[in-house]
Amino acid sequence: MTFKKLVRTFFRNPLAVLGLVLLLFFVAVAILAPVLAPPVGERGRLNPYRIPRDGFSAPPEPPSEEHPFGTTEGQYDIYYGVVWGTRTAFQVGIAMTVATLLIGLVVGSIAAYYGGWVDELLMRIVEIFQAFPFLLAAITLSAVLQAKLGKGLLTGMIALVAFGWTTYARLIRGDILAVRQRDYVLAARSVGVKDLTILVRHIIPNAIFPTIVLASMRIGDYVLSFAGLSFLGLGTEVGYADWGQLISFARNWIPALAEHWYILVYPGAAIVLFVLAWNLVGDAFRDIMDPRLQGSR
Amino acid sequence: MYRYIIRRLLMLPILLFGVSILIFGMLQFLTPYERAALYVSDIPKREGAIDDIVEKYGLNDPFYEQYGRWIGNVLKGDLGFSKTGKQPVAELIKTYFPATAELALWAAFPLIYIGIQLGILSATHQNSLLDWFVRTFAVIGWSFPTFVFGLLMLMIFYAKLDWFPAGRLSDWAAQAIASEGFRQITRMHSFDALLNGRLDIFWDALRHIILPVITLSYLSWALLMRVTRSSMLEVMRQEYVNTARAKGLANRDVVNRHARPNAMIPVVTIGGLTLVGLLSGLVITETIFNYRGMGYFFAQAASQLDVITVLGFAMFNGAILVLGNLVVDILYGFIDPRVRLS
Repeated sequence: MTFKKLVRTFFRNPLAVLGLVLLLFFVAVAILAPVLAPPVGERGRLNPYRIPRDGFSAPPEPPSEEHPFGTTEGQYDIYYGVVWGTRTAFQVGIAMTVATLLIGLVVGSIAAYYGGWVDELLMRIVEIFQAFPFLLAAITLSAVLQAKLGKGLLTGMIALVAFGWTTYARLIRGDILAVRQRDYVLAARSVGVKDLTILVRHIIPNAIFPTIVLASMRIGDYVLSFAGLSFLGLGTEVGYADWGQLISFARNWIPALAEHWYILVYPGAAIVLFVLAWNLVGDAFRDIMDPRLQGSR
Repeated sequence: MYRYIIRRLLMLPILLFGVSILIFGMLQFLTPYERAALYVSDIPKREGAIDDIVEKYGLNDPFYEQYGRWIGNVLKGDLGFSKTGKQPVAELIKTYFPATAELALWAAFPLIYIGIQLGILSATHQNSLLDWFVRTFAVIGWSFPTFVFGLLMLMIFYAKLDWFPAGRLSDWAAQAIASEGFRQITRMHSFDALLNGRLDIFWDALRHIILPVITLSYLSWALLMRVTRSSMLEVMRQEYVNTARAKGLANRDVVNRHARPNAMIPVVTIGGLTLVGLLSGLVITETIFNYRGMGYFFAQAASQLDVITVLGFAMFNGAILVLGNLVVDILYGFIDPRVRLS
């Protein structure tokens, strides 16, 4: 499929366009965060990811002139947290996608290239990692890591990456095995190109393009998982501009949520729309790239 | 077929071994002293108390010796002592597992059945308005974090309307269950209530379980719907479906008798894995709805960095998942002859 046709198919899908618009909106919010929600005071400028507080009392305060989305427990400003949380979401999603893809790429191509017992061993290791439910494994590891490294973005991300790379290792291995059978690989081999050159120059570029595109669309999934960790208190520290962390305050106000709806609805909407945007765009790409789904019937 | 099953069974101990190494390996990220600290709850008053613990439990021994001791205990059913639960981890699992199983069983039917129906509906009406509607509905569910959707449910149906409560049972029902005359057979309250003929308790248990079930189902429909849809679309393009149409069968018969059974093959795997995943993956759902099951307790232990409990639970869940996957794989071999022949 040519690039032009790809673009045209994409734009014929209204949901995909909606997703793209949402995504661009979030990109704009992330870039303009210092303008939309300027950090307050000296400490704020040093670390703008710390949500400013307006007092210390527990009960959330409804939206007002000063705090457009209200304040949550401990008087953290929700609007500020939502805006700067957009940056956190992009950081987490992109960093994790790159890390898992790289690990998956290395392991997958080693397995496919060497084959035999190396392949067998690596795939068994992948299976062992996959023997855990993803979130459960990440929770376990981040609990252990937190006892050592303390709270923070990095702890949660390491835990999620450690169990997130396996899917890509499998996919990429499969891709490479399929491409290895192609005629142009045989042609390269018959004119005496070295194995490693064939792998790096011919097989990998042709094999992994679809996987990379699909992986980049999983940023939303990663943001979801990370938010889950944060919500359970295993992600960022209290008061960090992170959507999951912000929503976790709502847990203490469940019987009063009808009154304090804003502590859930605003940060909740941010995360749902963000993930939805990635899913819509990703769905469109998958449909385009999966020929089986084209024009049956 | 037997060779396929035997090969899978032979893999089982290897996988379980790997899982246990992985879990024990995580513990080794901590230094012997940090691990010793996991066993004490107060600041020791005597100097050298921590050294004694390191010595006593052999935390400085080589990895394989420590692993050997640990796995020996695990095989005897001793998963360590839980600081947060104040009892052995194995006891905690025995207490909390039925609650999780109850929730998973109730969620299984709506989750799988409706998910598949949505997929078939969407595939047989490809690119129609209905298809768009179903897919949008599913992708929105797929984009919700469990805790946001769960909290929204609680906000509307508990805080606002007060229709469905959180927790597992109302106080009066919990008392009735703990009383003398009530026999706890399965320890799953709704089924026990039926077995004891107490419809009022059954209804109470159901009222508590409805919101978590809705949450779990809606958020998982997208996956099943998507797999069913693409599998159906692929099958509908096969020659034998054309043949069936060509010989003049009604559309209903083509879909129900020729396309659907074959399209169900990949769906069985995903459905099975989802179920197995439910048994161990309920951490967030149980936490939000204050539903005291394994996941609830796991999250509690994790947020208090009770590493011993967390690893014990992880080992149990890993074992469940490995066994569950094995069952799904074997069933898959029965359903799809291509798998066992390759």
